[in-house]
Amino acid sequence: MLSIILALFLGILILVLAVMAVQNKNIVVAIIAAGAVSLFASILYLVLAAPDVAMTEAAIGSGLSTIIFFYVLNKIKRQNG
Amino acid sequence: MVKNSFIFIVLIGVAAILLNLFADFNGNTELGTIAAHYASKGIEEVGSANLVTSVVVSYRGLDTLGEVTILFLSAAIVGFFLKVDNTDNKNRQLKYTSEILNTASQVLVPIMLLFGAYVFINGHLSPGGGFQGGAIIASGLVLMFIAQPKKEMGHKMINIIESVSGVSFVLLGVAGVLFASGFLDNKILSLGKFGTLFSAGIIPIIYIFVGLKVGSELTGIALSLKENQNEA
Repeated sequence: MLSIILALFLGILILVLAVMAVQNKNIVVAIIAAGAVSLFASILYLVLAAPDVAMTEAAIGSGLSTIIFFYVLNKIKRQNG
Repeated sequence: MVKNSFIFIVLIGVAAILLNLFADFNGNTELGTIAAHYASKGIEEVGSANLVTSVVVSYRGLDTLGEVTILFLSAAIVGFFLKVDNTDNKNRQLKYTSEILNTASQVLVPIMLLFGAYVFINGHLSPGGGFQGGAIIASGLVLMFIAQPKKEMGHKMINIIESVSGVSFVLLGVAGVLFASGFLDNKILSLGKFGTLFSAGIIPIIYIFVGLKVGSELTGIALSLKENQNEA
């Protein structure tokens, strides 16, 4: 029962963060929200008893891809002005 | 306005399709035939304490080889398009990094590398495996890139580690054809005592190569992106 409540809470949080990542005008905030989606998704996978997937999601989704987005954002900013 | 209503119509269509699937869904109470075979025979056939690993590396080893190949292709494409010309490398100016990031990275990077190695060496015993361990190692190295942007790291060593582990992975698979019952079969070495580090045939060795390959590929992608930064 507790895990269902936790899963529902995490699901709503992920939805809110995903809408924030799409709608926010500030790209830095959007990238961090997208990373947070992955972070909470990895906790959700752990609650749903899939630790293998949770590890991949935490390392690649919220760690590496966020940093790659920032590198690309920085490069685009420099080229445009 | 027209665009928004179009998006709305597409969303309604997707919702209708998903509603059909949802109405038909009445959770499985028992495993399918193949899954039941994996779950009941996996321990005696593969000898890996982590059943996910026995499926990923042994029963579906060819799929893992395919995934590694796809990752290799994407890393190669990123490296090809972000080739650095070293001519204007001299007047690169880098941003100052904060003291907190610097100190924290000195503590965290060795621990992250060690944890990544632990995850892929123990892939057949505990959750995780080659992909996860490689991704953790790559995150550790990326933290180092961020904290010390001045530090140069050559592509050469990364490329050598990546090619050697990729070739060894395929050669181990071919060795399975010659000395055991099929491609990527794990019984080249004896299965050993169940639940110990040296068990499950060649799964630990394959996972070490997969981990090194994934780690070096992801590090290579981040390194190419880092070398293209010019933070004035």
